[in-house]
Amino acid sequence: MDTKPTLITPANPAIMQARPVKVRARHVNVFYGDKHAINDLSIDIPDRAVSAFIGPSGCGKSTFLRCINRMNDTIPTARVEGAITVDEQDIYDRSLDVVQLRANIGMVFQKPNPFPKSIYENVAYGPRIHGLAATKADLEGIVEKSLRRAGLWDEVKDRLQSPGTGLSGGQQQRLCIARAIAVDPEVILMDEPCSALDPIATARIEELIDELKQNYCIVIVTHSMQQAARVSQLTAFFHLGNLVEAGDTDVIFTNPQDRRTQDYITGRFG
Amino acid sequence: MSKISPELIAKRYRAEKRFRIYGMAAIAVTASFLLFLLVDLTLKAHPALFEHRLSVTVTPDQVAFADPAKADYAKLAKQTLSDLMPQVKDRAERKALLKLLSSGAADDLREKLMANPALIGTAVATDLLLSDGADQYLKGYVTQVRRTPGDASLSLAKSGEEWTANAAGLAEGTIIKAAGGALVIGAAGTAEVILSPQGDGPFMLQADEWQRVEFAVPASERGMDDRQILLLEALQDKGVLEKGLAWRFFAQGDSREAELAGIKGALFGSIMTVLLTLVTCLPIGVGAAVYLEEFAPKNRLTGFIEVNINNLAAVPSIIFGLLGLAVFLGTLGLPRSTPIVGGLVLALLVLPTIIIASRASLRSVPPSIKEAALGVGASHQQAVFHHILPMAIPGILTGTILGVARALGETAPLLMIGMVAFIADVPESFSDSAAVLPVQVFLWSDLPEAAFRSKTALAILVLLSVLFLLNATAIYLRRRFERRW
Amino acid sequence: MSDHIVKAFDEELQTLKNMLARMGGLAEEELARAIDAISRRDGALADQVIASDAQVDALEREVEERAILVIARRQPMASDLREIMVAIRVSSDLERIGDFAKNIAKRTHAVSEDYPRRVMTGITRMGSLALEQLKDVLDAYVQHNEAKALEVWRKDEELDALYNSIFRELLTYMMEDPRTIGLCTHLLFAAKNIERIGDHCTNIAENVYYLVHGHPLTAERPKGDVTSITPMVTPEK
Repeated sequence: MDTKPTLITPANPAIMQARPVKVRARHVNVFYGDKHAINDLSIDIPDRAVSAFIGPSGCGKSTFLRCINRMNDTIPTARVEGAITVDEQDIYDRSLDVVQLRANIGMVFQKPNPFPKSIYENVAYGPRIHGLAATKADLEGIVEKSLRRAGLWDEVKDRLQSPGTGLSGGQQQRLCIARAIAVDPEVILMDEPCSALDPIATARIEELIDELKQNYCIVIVTHSMQQAARVSQLTAFFHLGNLVEAGDTDVIFTNPQDRRTQDYITGRFG
Repeated sequence: MSKISPELIAKRYRAEKRFRIYGMAAIAVTASFLLFLLVDLTLKAHPALFEHRLSVTVTPDQVAFADPAKADYAKLAKQTLSDLMPQVKDRAERKALLKLLSSGAADDLREKLMANPALIGTAVATDLLLSDGADQYLKGYVTQVRRTPGDASLSLAKSGEEWTANAAGLAEGTIIKAAGGALVIGAAGTAEVILSPQGDGPFMLQADEWQRVEFAVPASERGMDDRQILLLEALQDKGVLEKGLAWRFFAQGDSREAELAGIKGALFGSIMTVLLTLVTCLPIGVGAAVYLEEFAPKNRLTGFIEVNINNLAAVPSIIFGLLGLAVFLGTLGLPRSTPIVGGLVLALLVLPTIIIASRASLRSVPPSIKEAALGVGASHQQAVFHHILPMAIPGILTGTILGVARALGETAPLLMIGMVAFIADVPESFSDSAAVLPVQVFLWSDLPEAAFRSKTALAILVLLSVLFLLNATAIYLRRRFERRW
Repeated sequence: MSDHIVKAFDEELQTLKNMLARMGGLAEEELARAIDAISRRDGALADQVIASDAQVDALEREVEERAILVIARRQPMASDLREIMVAIRVSSDLERIGDFAKNIAKRTHAVSEDYPRRVMTGITRMGSLALEQLKDVLDAYVQHNEAKALEVWRKDEELDALYNSIFRELLTYMMEDPRTIGLCTHLLFAAKNIERIGDHCTNIAENVYYLVHGHPLTAERPKGDVTSITPMVTPEK
């Protein structure tokens, strides 16, 4: 495996110098049946920072996100080539257990999707199936910690047994984040986490993402360039299955090098 | 303002209104059919809810009833009835009288004494069930009877064994009721006894002391002859007849005697069969659905299986009966006409329905829930059994219960495996011969006795109630599990 | 560059550009007339110049308002964002240029007395050079021509050198004949103003460079103005 990503702009993003590489992808190709969804993608994703994937619909950004926790495995026709490592461990290695991997890489989805169970059960589910809590008190501790981290504790502490689906959209999404961090992952993948939320709820989630980046490697796919600019340190622009450009967010949004990036972020795509 | 012409808007509204009217008309037609069916069934069935009994007091003899299990209850019943009509001495009359009793007339007494042997030797108030013919007559289904008071005085006398009856304007063939008996006027003042009068006479009766009796239906067209009817009337006059609820309909199995035939055997047979169907096909059906929907690779083979399951749902039910006959009775040698075979055959019949309903229900669970579960590191199986299946349960239950309801009403395949046999006993285990409700209805509807007609209707109502109960359960369960958090 | 998907955005940017072009034209004209007025000691023309500066000032305010509105409405990114930021900065440079031209015009009244004509030739030459710079840099801005902008940026050295020589010349006059000190001081200020105009032109040139490249021009500009370090030579009596 070569050590240089194929295209990183500028040659050495500041964020990559400040942080270790958490996720490394080299020459990744993804096919859905005959469709070539991602074409020879190589990128480094920094730890303890937010990386944003932007690009028009169908550009492969979500597809790549789902490669990182092997969610594409659930699609029978999907085929992934190339190498993706998390902490230098090849996640497509045969010896690696996909369940283990997903416990290590949390995911938050576009639409808030709490389980149709109580708030408590939503958060406790992950730790329970992974045996992370020895006692009931442990589990309660994990639930409280996760909800606190997700900034939801104060709002729900009096109604942990009420249904998770009864919360507002923004609260549901934070519940999903709490659920993701309850299993103590190292990477959190977010697939357009705010697209179904109003601006206030969006701001809350963004604030939360900003806090979480102290401890996690966060990768967020977003359609809102403003959001990418606000929350991320590294931005990657995808187009037609290609990674066009990746670099410090500050640079990408003020002075992108590639014409396609420029056209996309200034709203010129034809 | 609007560029759309007012006529066009008015036309649209008219079209909408028309459509609503069509819809309401369709509903009204359907509802009226249903209402007609229910009303008709209820009207036909309600006589079967009642029965006529002889209300008497008997004193079982201590010697004859030393062993209540072996005693001759029928004899006591017959004796009791004969005692009520002391004037009946003639053989033919006595035969007719005893035929008024059901062959199971003494069953109630038997039950009473078996339960409480201490009653033997004491006076026991009991009911003696009348035959279906008598019962039908008393319910007014055999014939109308017109009684006209005599219009002149009547002289009635016995000479030797012959009776003579004289009254003004008494035509030959007229039936008269007089002096506790009944006679048919013959030629030249002679009269033929139908029911012996009380005493030997002669009687001189005033016009209001005797009656002319006319039957609307000729004797050849009814199940009860004149004598039986007149005997019954005499009993009725004595006030020993009583009308009561026919609880035995729900407490007894089938019988050749209409008045004794009950639905319990068929009901139990149905319940056991359906229970077995449910127990067999629910796990298999849901398991197959979960596997096909969630785990099976999507290839030619699974596609082929899928198409075939869909086709199976459309296969005529009698084919399943033939299959059951060949496999369960032929190859496996299971006992004929038992709930176990019936249940298995019906399970085969319902399985495709359950699989299809379960798959549809599983598919309707939003994929986001599965992703959420996988996202926190649940294995595929955990995601399915912790999240997808529980959310699909309401739909699965609805499909299952609708399938089972279909099984409950199914007749044809059961005919093939011998469940059409006459079985009087209530089944006690899955390997006992049993009848089922729809087959019972089918059997009864074929019988000539008029009493079976109302029993058939009542059995249909019972079947409908069971179906209704099943559907209500389905709705209740769905509501309960559908409690979307 | 291809058009935005939202056409109104394009129109807003175009309006901004048009306003800046108008502002540039006005500033150019103002400077030309101010030089003309002072060289011909035409008081009436000078008054016209002073009056016309208000127009430039008003335009600057308008540009700023519109730019803020575009930012608020469109959240511009990358080149669009630079375009708007540069427009604000260029408009402020042009406004300063207008102010300097006005200041030069004001001095016409003060220098209307008799003065050595030779002195004026320097100012006129400096003026026309500055005018040329302004014209070129505005062209470069409108055309997004960074080569032209760089040329202007480098040429400022000439203006600085010219200012140096005028500074020395006026110094000589003042030493020769102390009665000309008042006049020469005014001329010195006028020359300094023109030199400052040249500096603003380089500012604009730098902005054009930033506009095109997305990063500021970091190289050290060749400095020709050494007057700030020219020792004051006291003439020997």
